[in-house]
Amino acid sequence: RSLNQAVLQNVNKAQIKVKTKNDNVAGVNLPVFESFQDGADSYELAGLAKGGQQLKRLKANYQKAINLLVELASLQTSFITLDEVIKTTNRRVNAIEHVIIPKIERTLAYIISELDELEREEFYRLKKVQDKKKKIKKQKEEAAAERKAKGLDTADEGGDIFNEDHDEDLLF
Amino acid sequence: MAAEAAYKGRQLIAVIGDEDTVTGMLLAGVGHVDKKQKKNFLLVDNKTTVGQIEEAFLEFTTRTDIAVLMINQHVASDIRPIIEAYDQAFPALLEIPSKDHPYDPKQDSMLKKIEKMFERD
Repeated sequence: RSLNQAVLQNVNKAQIKVKTKNDNVAGVNLPVFESFQDGADSYELAGLAKGGQQLKRLKANYQKAINLLVELASLQTSFITLDEVIKTTNRRVNAIEHVIIPKIERTLAYIISELDELEREEFYRLKKVQDKKKKIKKQKEEAAAERKAKGLDTADEGGDIFNEDHDEDLLF
Repeated sequence: MAAEAAYKGRQLIAVIGDEDTVTGMLLAGVGHVDKKQKKNFLLVDNKTTVGQIEEAFLEFTTRTDIAVLMINQHVASDIRPIIEAYDQAFPALLEIPSKDHPYDPKQDSMLKKIEKMFERD
């Protein structure tokens, strides 16, 4: 009992302290505790009176215990820190999956549909032009054949200015 | 990051426990009394009130120079709601057995939290 009193009274500066180091694991900054002796052992002379050996062992055991406990504390804090990081990462994943990706997909779909529409319009226009050209060609051939049959066309005929071949205006 | 600043400079190990536990820890060199006569340990006996324990717990967890807080499990059970609500990364909270109360993992708040985290995963 008196030992306990003596120990309690004799506290001044902590000799066992904890140093924190930073460990980087998979991109996460994790704290690591390391115990170290700081300065002289206050209780070096304790127990010289009675039971000195036991006291020494007791002290050593407690110090071992503390080292293990410090290690345990490190693991615990790492755990909590990692948990926070996991929660944050999950939130990010959810945001990307449910907001960003659908938005991009919608934009993509829109672009594709617009391109399809333009392509169809282009097609249609092309067809129309082709049809019209075919029609004009057919009309010309018929007219030429008719004039020949009536004997109007000769090789020399220059034709008047008004009959000169000129590009028909394409009217729709 | 803010977390890094939170633990730089934390060096002490604090203890809240019964006479044997505290004496042993102090013997190993954990005890510290600063200039303002503030101690980093609380000896809990049958005269200590729950309020005092709470106060000490609050003080040790808000001080910026304590990295680890060890508390006897039976004492932790006295202030169990506060322990359950504790969610700081620093100081690290460790429940330790005492001579008369062996360690019971079912009571450890930390382990319960850790279990919950695994369930979520």
